Amino acid sequence: MNDVKTPASPTRAIRPDLALIAEMIAPASRVLDVGCGDGALLDHLWRTKNVDGRGLEIRQDRVRACVAHGLSVIQGDAETDLRDYPSEAFDYAVLGQTLQAMRNPREVLLQLARIGGRTIVSILNYGNWRIRWRLLTSGRMPVQDSGARHWYDTDNIHPCTLHDFVRLCDELGLKIERGLLVRGTGTARDLHSPGWYANMFGEQGIFLLTRGKQ
Amino acid sequence: MPAELPGHHVVLGTPNKLKLDCGIELGPFTVAYQTYGTLNAERSNVILVCHALTGDQYCAGIHPVTGKPGWWELMIGPGRVLDTERYFVICANVLGGCMGTTGPKEIDPQTGVAFGLSFPVITIGDMVRAQALLLDHLGIQQLFCVLGGSMGGMQVLDWAARFPKRVFAAVPIATAERHSAQNIAFHEVGRQAIMADPDWCGGDYLAQGRNPTRGLAVARMAAHITYLSEAALTRKFGRNLQERDAVTYGFDADFQVESYLRHQGSTFVERFDANSYLYITRAMDYFDMAAEHGGVLANAFRGTPVRFCVISFSSDWLFPSWESRTIVHALNAVVANVSYAEIQTDKGHDAFLLDEPEFHTTLRGFLDGAAEHRGLRFR
Repeated sequence: MNDVKTPASPTRAIRPDLALIAEMIAPASRVLDVGCGDGALLDHLWRTKNVDGRGLEIRQDRVRACVAHGLSVIQGDAETDLRDYPSEAFDYAVLGQTLQAMRNPREVLLQLARIGGRTIVSILNYGNWRIRWRLLTSGRMPVQDSGARHWYDTDNIHPCTLHDFVRLCDELGLKIERGLLVRGTGTARDLHSPGWYANMFGEQGIFLLTRGKQ
Repeated sequence: MPAELPGHHVVLGTPNKLKLDCGIELGPFTVAYQTYGTLNAERSNVILVCHALTGDQYCAGIHPVTGKPGWWELMIGPGRVLDTERYFVICANVLGGCMGTTGPKEIDPQTGVAFGLSFPVITIGDMVRAQALLLDHLGIQQLFCVLGGSMGGMQVLDWAARFPKRVFAAVPIATAERHSAQNIAFHEVGRQAIMADPDWCGGDYLAQGRNPTRGLAVARMAAHITYLSEAALTRKFGRNLQERDAVTYGFDADFQVESYLRHQGSTFVERFDANSYLYITRAMDYFDMAAEHGGVLANAFRGTPVRFCVISFSSDWLFPSWESRTIVHALNAVVANVSYAEIQTDKGHDAFLLDEPEFHTTLRGFLDGAAEHRGLRFR
C-alpha cells in the first residue's frame, strides 16, 4: 500500500477527499457530480482539467451559488431525477459523501453506474474504530454529520461500513477498479479489497467503480 | 401615441416573404427594435431579449409612450446584469405587436386600411423566424445569449430548438414548453372581454374610429391577477380601503386592490392595441414544443450545443416551477448543458420584472460563466 499525496490545487483549496476524486478523473471528460454542494469539485475540474461538468444538488441556496459561479448545476433530487439521464451519458458519475443520506442508496448506485461509464463514490466509514468505540462506551448512536447533533435529525439515514459498501458493489455487479482509504489527515492510500484494518481505521473510502461484465 | 415611434425600423420579408405556420406568406413587414451597448468587432457579444405578452422593444431607458422606465430597466444598462458596456443588447417588438412591428393595427399595403382581423394568426415560431431575419439583416450570425421571461421564455426555447447553431446560451425564465389549459382559459377570458365590448366592432374598430378600451382594460385586469400571488396581494393591499374609512355599500372601488387593478387596466389601454392582445395571446396558446417534435420534448433539443439556464419563481402559479422542471428533465434526457434555479419569492410570475437580488445574482453568474466558455473578453 503506497501513500497517495493529495494533489495540490492551482486555484483554490478544495476538500482533501474532493481533490482525491478529482485525481481519478481524466482530463476533458464529461462528469456528473451528484450532490455537488457548493460546486467546489466541478469548479476545480473545469479549471484544472477542462472537464465538461454538470451538477445535481437538492438545496436551492447551493444551486443558486453554483449557477452564480458559472457552473452548470440543476436543482433536483438524485432519488428521482437520475432516471432522466440516458445510459452512459457521462464518463464519470460522482457521488461524494451523500450515499448514506439517500432513502434508497442501492437504486441510486445502480442509476449512477448506468449513467456514468465509471462511477466514483466516496463514503463515510461507520466501521471506523472511533465510531465503534463511542457506541460501545456511551451506548448511544454516534452522529457523523456536521449539520446535526442527534440521531433523529441527521441526514445520514443509511450509514454503512466499508465492508457493507464492498458487499453491495459485489451484489450489483460493480467492479472496484480503484479504492482509496482516506484518513482524518487527508492522506490516503490505495486499497483493492478493504480488509479488517481498513474497515477499522479508515474514516472514508473513495471507490472508482465500473460495471462488471454482465 | 406618437405617429412615428423612436428607434430602429427595418422592412423585412422582401423579396422573399416569411412563410407563417398558418400557411400564409407575410411580406414585406416591418420590425421595430431597440439596441443598447456596442457590437464588438467579432459580433460575438449579442444578447437578444425577447419580450413578454404586453412588453415591447423599449426594455431599457424611458419608454416613449408611457414616459416610464422600460420593463427591464433594472436589468439592462452599464454595470447591470445585462451590462451594456459588455454586451450588445437587441430587443425587437414581436410580430403581431403594436409598437411598430407589423401587427393588426398597421396598414395593410394591399388594402390601404388597418389589417384588423385580416392579419394572419401568428405563432411563437413566426415571431422567432422574424427575429432571425432581423439578425440576418444586422449581419449577426450567432447570439451570445437569448433570454426572456414568460412569452419571452417561449421564444427563447423556440430559438434554441429552431436555430441551435445561432444560439450560444439560452435563458428561459418563468415559462413553459407549452401553454397549460388553465393559461389558455385565462387568455380566453381576456379575449372574450375584448370581443364583448361593442367598440370592438368585430375587430374593425380602427376603421370605425372606435376603441374597445373597456374590454381591453378588463382583459388586463384579469390577466394582471395571474401575474401576482395571493401572498403579494395580501402584503401589498390586504383588505385596505381606498381613501375612505368604511365600505360604501356600492360598487365603487372601495378596496385598494380594486383601485389598483382599475389603474392597471386604464393605463394599459393607452399603450396597447386590443387586436394585438388577441393575436399575441393566441400565439401563446398555440405554443406546444413537444407536439411540434413528435410528442417528445427532448427531441426538440437532441444534440444541442446550447448552454441553458432555466429559472423559475417559487410563487409563480401562472408558470409554476414544475413546468420549468419539465424543460430541465427534457434537457437532461439529451445530456444538454443546463443549469436550473428556482428563486424563492412571494411576488409571483411578475418577479422576473422586479428587483429580485437572488435572480439577478444567478443570472449574472450564469452570463459570466457563459462568457468565459465563449471566450468573450471584456475590457
